[in-house]
Amino acid sequence: MTKTTNHKAWYFVVPVVVLVAFNALIPLMTVVNYSVQETFGDNVFFWEGVKWFEDVLNSDRFHAAFLRQLAFTGMILAIEVPLGIGVALSMPRKGPWVSVCLVLMALPLLIPWNVVGAMWNIFALPDIGLLGRGINALGIDYNFTQQPVSAWMTTVLMDVWHWTSLVVLLAYAGLCSIPDAYYQAAKIDGASAWSVFWRIQLPKLKRVLTIAILLRFMDSFMIYTEPFVLTGGGPGNTTTFLSIDLVKIALGQFDLGPAAAMSLIYFFIVLLVCWIFYTLMMRNEEQ
Amino acid sequence: MAKISLEKVKHSYLAQPTAPEDYALKQIDAEWQDGGAYALLGPSGCGKTTLLNIISGLLVPSQGRVLFNDADVTQVPTTDRHIAQVFQFPVVYDTMTVFDNLAFPLRNRGIAEAKVQKRVQEIAGMLDLESSLRRRASGLTMDGKQKISLGRGLVRDDVNVIMFDEPLTVIDPHLKWRLRSKLKELHKRLGLTMIYVTHDQTEALTFADQVVVMYDGTVVQVGTPVELFEHPNHTFVGHFIGSPGMNILPCEVENGTVRCAGHAVQTASSGRPGSDAEKTEIGVRPEFVRFDDHGFPVEIIKVDDLGRYRIVEVRYEDQRVKMIVEEDLSIPSESARISFDPAATRIYADGWVVN
Repeated sequence: MTKTTNHKAWYFVVPVVVLVAFNALIPLMTVVNYSVQETFGDNVFFWEGVKWFEDVLNSDRFHAAFLRQLAFTGMILAIEVPLGIGVALSMPRKGPWVSVCLVLMALPLLIPWNVVGAMWNIFALPDIGLLGRGINALGIDYNFTQQPVSAWMTTVLMDVWHWTSLVVLLAYAGLCSIPDAYYQAAKIDGASAWSVFWRIQLPKLKRVLTIAILLRFMDSFMIYTEPFVLTGGGPGNTTTFLSIDLVKIALGQFDLGPAAAMSLIYFFIVLLVCWIFYTLMMRNEEQ
Repeated sequence: MAKISLEKVKHSYLAQPTAPEDYALKQIDAEWQDGGAYALLGPSGCGKTTLLNIISGLLVPSQGRVLFNDADVTQVPTTDRHIAQVFQFPVVYDTMTVFDNLAFPLRNRGIAEAKVQKRVQEIAGMLDLESSLRRRASGLTMDGKQKISLGRGLVRDDVNVIMFDEPLTVIDPHLKWRLRSKLKELHKRLGLTMIYVTHDQTEALTFADQVVVMYDGTVVQVGTPVELFEHPNHTFVGHFIGSPGMNILPCEVENGTVRCAGHAVQTASSGRPGSDAEKTEIGVRPEFVRFDDHGFPVEIIKVDDLGRYRIVEVRYEDQRVKMIVEEDLSIPSESARISFDPAATRIYADGWVVN
């Protein structure tokens, strides 16, 4: 069989290549360019090799930011996923309340990140904010602008408020797709409510939950705007997550080399975790 | 095992039913003998599944009582009724092995593990599932999964009745026959009461000793396949069962004589419909219509050759009559005369037979 070759077909790919080049490849290559050189402005560059990468990977500052990032992502996943499933389970499956619940759940997702940050900033201020004053009125000393624990609590709470809905909506969609016959069969088999959850609902939710966890991991691992507006990374550096630290290095200190190296490391971590997720997901599908 | 009785069961999905059309089940009185194989046959939407769910306890009827062995169980929840049900789509617990799936109903009831082992092995043997006991249930084919659904019902030795809700819908045609024979074999072997819901007359007639025909929320006839064929109680039964279905032709009754398009017709019905009957018809199966020089004139419009016999469609006035004609019989061209076998021709008044 002879294969017809028509190289003109490549022209159809050109627009996409140009687009991807300008919005992704070229900016990324600029970062790669900065990450292996030193510059003092005026477009004068000195070759540095992998020095910046070594510096970043060995710096205590990066380790601390990385650990903070892991702790934050771990915490919000540990809260949002079970909470999301719980809320989805308790939502009505039919009737007029369904749309009310769905709209309520979708509301936080529609608010821009910086607005969420500003809202929580004012809400949690100890002197004028409702939450801040309320907690202090209970006799608990709370001031997120000065106490690391309070700052963390507020940041986590803000993220839970903003993003649990996403898990709820995905889990709810998953729950709605389980046929009634499963619940009827479970009744006939004498299964307890826990068995129904563990043997029917959770396994059927596996796929949507994998997506939910993946989305929440990526989003929270790259979180910037909300903590930047809420705490600005403070008090001190206690809520300085990777992206906030990166902006401080790049735009605050103007250390373009280390910042570029850190960007790439950051990028590869996210890529690696997504790849692991994807592989695990695919392996489960095959079984 | 148990005898199941339904007393004046009515059900409506509406909160405030008023008109008869509001009821999915109009009024059902039925008795299912212990150890019987019953088929519930009817078109989609006639209330079969509603009736099944009332027996299994997934639905509580709006009115009437459900009795198991003469004990009222109308308000008893599904779990305590000791019933098993196989659904249209196979229900398996994906994360468990085939063994654990079969053991699930027993373990939920706190039965000793040694007995669970023994029972599961036994049932797996009956269903030819022994080789896949250690496999994950999610990896099985549709018929394998449907066998697991059935097996979860069979493992319990306290089941009163096993109900099948169109269980072969998603099974490949060549496996349907095998699974159906398996069901029949299990019924003989275990002597369990089985109720099989279907809209497929072949499935119903081959599976059941007694077929319950439902139409529009009521039971129109209960009988053996032969009874349903030879003595349909209702024009619906005549039409629904048999291929092709019974010919239903309008007729007039005057002074005890039945006339179809002006021709007197002899029938097996000795009674005559009351004067209040809005609609009088005669019913005769295509098998009992024949060419007869002394019959009434018809026009032949179509002949279908099915190999062993032919189906001839004839017409008089605006009525069409189907007849089954032996292969070696010659068929007159265009116009002919036909008559009905009096022993197999009955009068129906408003749909119900007049005897």
